[in-house]
Amino acid sequence: MQTDLDARGFDWYMDRAVAVGVFVGGISAIVFIIGIFLFVTREGLSFVIGPMDLKEFFGSIAWRPTSIRNPTYGILALMAGTASVTGLAMLVAVPFSLGAAIYIAEFATGRTREALKVLVELLAAIPSVVWGFIGLSIMNPLIIDLFDVPIGLTVLNAGVILGLMAAPIMTTIAEDALKAVPDSYREAAEAMGATRWQVVFQVVLPAAKNGLMAAILLGVGRGFGETMAVLMASGHSINIPTSPFDSVRALTATIAAELGDTAVGSDHYGVLFTLGIFLFLVTFVINLTADLVVRGVREQ
Amino acid sequence: MVDAAPKLSVRDLTVRYGDFTALDRISLDVLPNEIFGIIGPANSGKTSFLRALNRMEEFQPSMKVEGKIYFNGQDITAVRNVYRLRQKVGVVFPLPVGLPMSIYENVAFGPRLAGVRKRSELDEIVERCLRRAALWDEVKDRLNALGSLLSGGQQQRLTIARALSQDPELLLLDEFSIAVDPVTTMRIEDVLRELKDEVTIILVTNLVQQARRLADRTAFFLESELVEVGVTEDLFTGPVVDQRTRDYVEGRFG
Repeated sequence: MQTDLDARGFDWYMDRAVAVGVFVGGISAIVFIIGIFLFVTREGLSFVIGPMDLKEFFGSIAWRPTSIRNPTYGILALMAGTASVTGLAMLVAVPFSLGAAIYIAEFATGRTREALKVLVELLAAIPSVVWGFIGLSIMNPLIIDLFDVPIGLTVLNAGVILGLMAAPIMTTIAEDALKAVPDSYREAAEAMGATRWQVVFQVVLPAAKNGLMAAILLGVGRGFGETMAVLMASGHSINIPTSPFDSVRALTATIAAELGDTAVGSDHYGVLFTLGIFLFLVTFVINLTADLVVRGVREQ
Repeated sequence: MVDAAPKLSVRDLTVRYGDFTALDRISLDVLPNEIFGIIGPANSGKTSFLRALNRMEEFQPSMKVEGKIYFNGQDITAVRNVYRLRQKVGVVFPLPVGLPMSIYENVAFGPRLAGVRKRSELDEIVERCLRRAALWDEVKDRLNALGSLLSGGQQQRLTIARALSQDPELLLLDEFSIAVDPVTTMRIEDVLRELKDEVTIILVTNLVQQARRLADRTAFFLESELVEVGVTEDLFTGPVVDQRTRDYVEGRFG
């Protein structure tokens, strides 16, 4: 028997429609990611199962994909380039961003605080090509003058630029993490006679360490994946750096610079997509590590 | 006892938050080793009173304090090192706050700030304070567990143990039983009666009967003013100066 408890009114249909809509929205993000991964893998696969030599790929510094007689595909120098630039960038960005986040979240008040937050967000919105331009036209001559070196497009240049670039977003995330620490912790610690520094270092930072870790790893991911600024500031020469004044080339910059010149389906085309797979996997491992670290901290 | 110099003398204490006056020219004395109760309905200024005693306005820019507060004869509204002051004045907040560290570290936090480093000394302080707060037997096997994972009543006793860890001369309790079950409340009340020999206690409570059970003398705050202060039992059965006091303790308003 049909009663009004079984009636399918407008609200009932609306509820169903919204439920389906939200489900499609949620699932589509996953579908797209898997789609991208499948596409990159398919394009790179011809190289991986064909001419790829694992030992050469990871162990050789010779990146000569355009050589007609004897092309070689060693990415060791490219990995070293990316790693050195990202590493230096983190040396710059971590103290800057944590310091800024601590100041904004714990010490600044009223207008100063609001102004700083807006400015930091504004900094985060500067396009990477602008940072690259700064590296090319300001940092380059500056480094040449300051350190008396022949070229300023180096690990130092790219690292500093990338560090400054990653710092604002890291600051924002770190500040959110600090703000998420309940004020009652601060009050309880201050009521015990802790000075503000003691409160920050002994109570707030330990309580926020998961979020701060996330901020730093996000910065690492940003540095790893950044292309344009690194391409413009690093000198783009294949080299294992022995000092910050050496030019290097990054994995991402290599893809960006070379993909346009390759014939679809060629070995060169395939190896660039293999680099893409490699980048994808490394980012995945970084995120997974972050997740495990955060979990590990939580279980203590 | 009445002849003793007061532990705490408050003169014309006024607390404002912007345009709002939370306390209006309060003057009273608290004697050594008494439990001094403060009762009154919500928004009568009880908590603001405690905050002023601990110089909490330092982290509330909108809070303005006027008047004099003499602690051991010294005016503390002007002292420079508020951190030393707060070590001598312990506070227990309404909602228990287990700091996000182990039970042991929660209690050792204050002594560590004060520079105690020796493990044996810290061990001794932690055990003594947890015993005094009637929590030792329940946690002695898991001192390294997170303090914030204890139950509400246990956390409140942990907070009391922490407040005791610096041997405060004055202990401020702000409606400590709000988040605590009745059995634990009774246990904490027993603890307070024992502590009275060593520290002076100011007990803000919204439970009139709790003040009657515990406090030697009690002040009644109403709408930012001090209506009456006297021996606790007098507020209930003796002569009262202001009829509103009797009305409040007998539950006719509030």
